[in-house]
Amino acid sequence: MRTDLTHSDATIQLSTPPISTVILEPRKPFWDLELGHLWEYHELLFFLVWRDVKVRYKQTALGVAWAVLQPLLATLIFSIFFGRLARIPSDGVPYPVFVYVAMVPWQYFANAVTESSNSLVASQNLIKKVYFPRLIIPMGSVIAGLVDFGFAFLVLIGMMFYYGITPGRTIFLFPVFLLLAVCTALAVGLWMSALNVQYRDVKYTISFLTQFWMFATPVVYPSSLVPARWRVLYGLNPMAGVVNGFRYALLGKAASPGPMIWVSAAAVAVLLLGGLLYFRKMESTFADVV
Amino acid sequence: MSSIAVESECLGKRYKLGTGAPYKTLRESLPAFARGAARRIKSLGSGRATEETFWALRDVSFQVKHGEVMGVIGRNGAGKSTLLKILSRITWPTEGRALIHGRVGSLLEVGTGFHPELSGRENIFLNGAIMGMRRAEIAAKFDEIVAFAEVEKFIDTPVKHYSSGMYVRLAFAIAAHLEPEILIVDEVLAVGDLAFQQKCLGKMSEVSKGGRTILFVSHNMAVVEKLCQRAMVLHDGQIEFQGGTEEAIQHYLNDMLSGSRGGSHSFDLSQCDDRRSNVGRLLKRIEFYTDDELPVLEGIRLGAGLKVKVHFDLPKPTRNFDVGLGFESMYGQRIFTAHSMFEPERPIGERVGPQVFVCEVPSLTLMPGTYVVKIWLDINHAEADLVNLAARITVLEADYYGTGKVPWNGAVVMRHNWYLDQ
Repeated sequence: MRTDLTHSDATIQLSTPPISTVILEPRKPFWDLELGHLWEYHELLFFLVWRDVKVRYKQTALGVAWAVLQPLLATLIFSIFFGRLARIPSDGVPYPVFVYVAMVPWQYFANAVTESSNSLVASQNLIKKVYFPRLIIPMGSVIAGLVDFGFAFLVLIGMMFYYGITPGRTIFLFPVFLLLAVCTALAVGLWMSALNVQYRDVKYTISFLTQFWMFATPVVYPSSLVPARWRVLYGLNPMAGVVNGFRYALLGKAASPGPMIWVSAAAVAVLLLGGLLYFRKMESTFADVV
Repeated sequence: MSSIAVESECLGKRYKLGTGAPYKTLRESLPAFARGAARRIKSLGSGRATEETFWALRDVSFQVKHGEVMGVIGRNGAGKSTLLKILSRITWPTEGRALIHGRVGSLLEVGTGFHPELSGRENIFLNGAIMGMRRAEIAAKFDEIVAFAEVEKFIDTPVKHYSSGMYVRLAFAIAAHLEPEILIVDEVLAVGDLAFQQKCLGKMSEVSKGGRTILFVSHNMAVVEKLCQRAMVLHDGQIEFQGGTEEAIQHYLNDMLSGSRGGSHSFDLSQCDDRRSNVGRLLKRIEFYTDDELPVLEGIRLGAGLKVKVHFDLPKPTRNFDVGLGFESMYGQRIFTAHSMFEPERPIGERVGPQVFVCEVPSLTLMPGTYVVKIWLDINHAEADLVNLAARITVLEADYYGTGKVPWNGAVVMRHNWYLDQ
C-alpha cells in the first residue's frame, strides 16, 4: 500500500509542470496591472469571443446580414438627408463611400462599447463562481465585435470597386488606425463596464452617449468643416482620429489627418491607462457587488 | 517542492452590512456624494460615521498537505463558502494571507458558464476553458467526459433541449475530469439521481487516491466521513476545531445542537438556523419524555416508550396539518420516520394558534447510540417549516431481550423468536 502511494505520487510529479505558488493577499498595489498574467488565460479569451460570435449568429434570424445591414442602412439614410438634401461636402469622394468608410469603424465602436459595458453584469454568474482575470470579459466583447466589422468591411471593398476608388500606399497605415479604433473601444468599454457594476443606471446612458458621440465625430461631415485652429483639439475625440485615419488610409485622395492623429493617440493612451487602473481598482469588489 | 498544498495565515474577510441593494445607481449616488461632501465640510474633524461591517471569516489558519482530503464543515453562514471563494480567488481577503502551491480548480457550482444555445460538444470546450483546462487537455479527455455523462447521442444538440438530469451529468462530468493539483469542491455531489451520485462519489474517491489535494465542503456527514482524512469545523467565521474527521463531525453536531448540550430533554427550535421556513418559523420546541412523563435527560433505554411533544403555531385556522419526525444517525442516514399522517385516528378538527402535537412510540428500538432528529410541519400538504438537526436523543443500552445479552451491531433492534421446526 505504502509503495503504491509513493509510486502514484511520483508519476504525478513527472506529468505536471513545476508547481507554482500563488499568494492570496488583501490587495495588490493598484498600479500592478498584472497584464502578464492575462496571457495565461488567452485560451479562455478565445473561447469567450467564439461563444459570443457563435451565439449571436445562431440567435438572430438575419445573422451575418445584420452586421452589414446596420451600417449600410445608416449610410443610405445619411446619403439621402445629408448628401443629397443638405449637400454636405465630402472632400471630393462620392458621399455614400465617404459615409460608409466612417460608418464601419463607428458602428464597430458603438457596438463594442455597448456590448462591453454590459459584459460584466451579464457574466455575473461566471464572476461569482470562477476565477480568471476579469479584464478578459470586456476584452472579449471588444474583440468579438471585430467579426461584424470584418463583414461590414467586405461590403466596403465592394463599394470601393463600384465607385472605382483605389487606395494609395497609405493603405499600409490602415492596421494602425484599426488598432486605434480597438483601443478606443476597449478604453471606453473598460470604464463603462466597471462603472456599470457599481451603478446600474450607467447602461441607460450608453445609447445616449453613443448618439451624441457620433455627431461629435466626423462621420456624416468632413473634419474640414471644423475650423483649422480647432482641428488639433478636435483630435481629443479619438474617434475623430480613427475616422479621419480610415478615410486617409482607404480612400486614397483624402487629406492626411496630420497632427490631430497624435492628439487622438495620446487621448486614447490616457483613457486606456485610466480605464485599466480604474478597472483594476474595482475588480476586487466585482464578485461581492455584481 | 514543499509538502504543503494550501496554507492559510490568519485569513479574514469583512463585508459591509448591506443597506438593501448591493449596487447603487448614479441617480442616488451623485446627490449622496454631494451631501456627503457638504457634511464633511460642515463637520470638519468631528469623526467619520462608522459603517456597519461584519467578519464573515476571521483568523483562519490551517494547512493542507499535498494529497490530503480536508473536509470543511459548519452550519449555514459559518463562513465555509467565503473561505472557498477566497481560496479559489473569486474574492479577496481583507486581512491575512494564503499560499497555494499548485494549480487550483474549483467546483463551486457545476455547469458554470454553460450556454443553452450551444451544443453539448461546444459547451464541453467552453466550460472546460472556464474551469481552467487547456484546449488540448479538453480534446484529450473529450470522449471520456461524454461517456461519463452518458450523453453520446445528444452531444451535438443544444443543451437547452437537454433534460435537467443530462445537463447536470454533463456539467459534473467536465468538472470531474479537471486535473488540478488542488481541487476545491462545494456540495456538488448533491446532483442527479442516486445512481449518478454514487458514480460521482466513486470518481471523487478515485481522484483523492490519485494523490490530489481536495478541500471539500458538504453537509452530508456520511460523505465527509468517507472521503476526508481530516476536517475543520467553522463556527461564526472561525475555526472551532480541526483534526480527525470523526472528531470534527462530533464537534459539528454539538455545534448544531448548541444550547442544548448535555442531557436536556427540551430543544428550543426558535434559535435553530438550519431550517427551511416556507411559511415562517412555526416550529417552536420539541421535548422528549418517557411513557411515564419523565423527561428524557441522559438518554432513553432501549425498548422503552418515548413521547415526543412538538410545540408549534398554526397561523391560520386549518385542519390540514401534519408533523414529521426523522430519526437520523450521526452521519445523516435516516433510520426511522414518524409522521402524523400515518395515524389512523388523526384529529380532524380545525385548529389555530399554538399547538402541542404528541407522538407516542410504544417501544423505541433503535440501536444504542446518539440520533439526530429532523422535524417538519406540513400545512395543506405543503412544507411550512422544517428544522434540520432539531434535537438529539441518545438510546442507552438495556437488557431488551431479557437475556442479559445486548445487541452490538445493526441499526435497529426488533423483537424476534427462535424455535426449531419439528
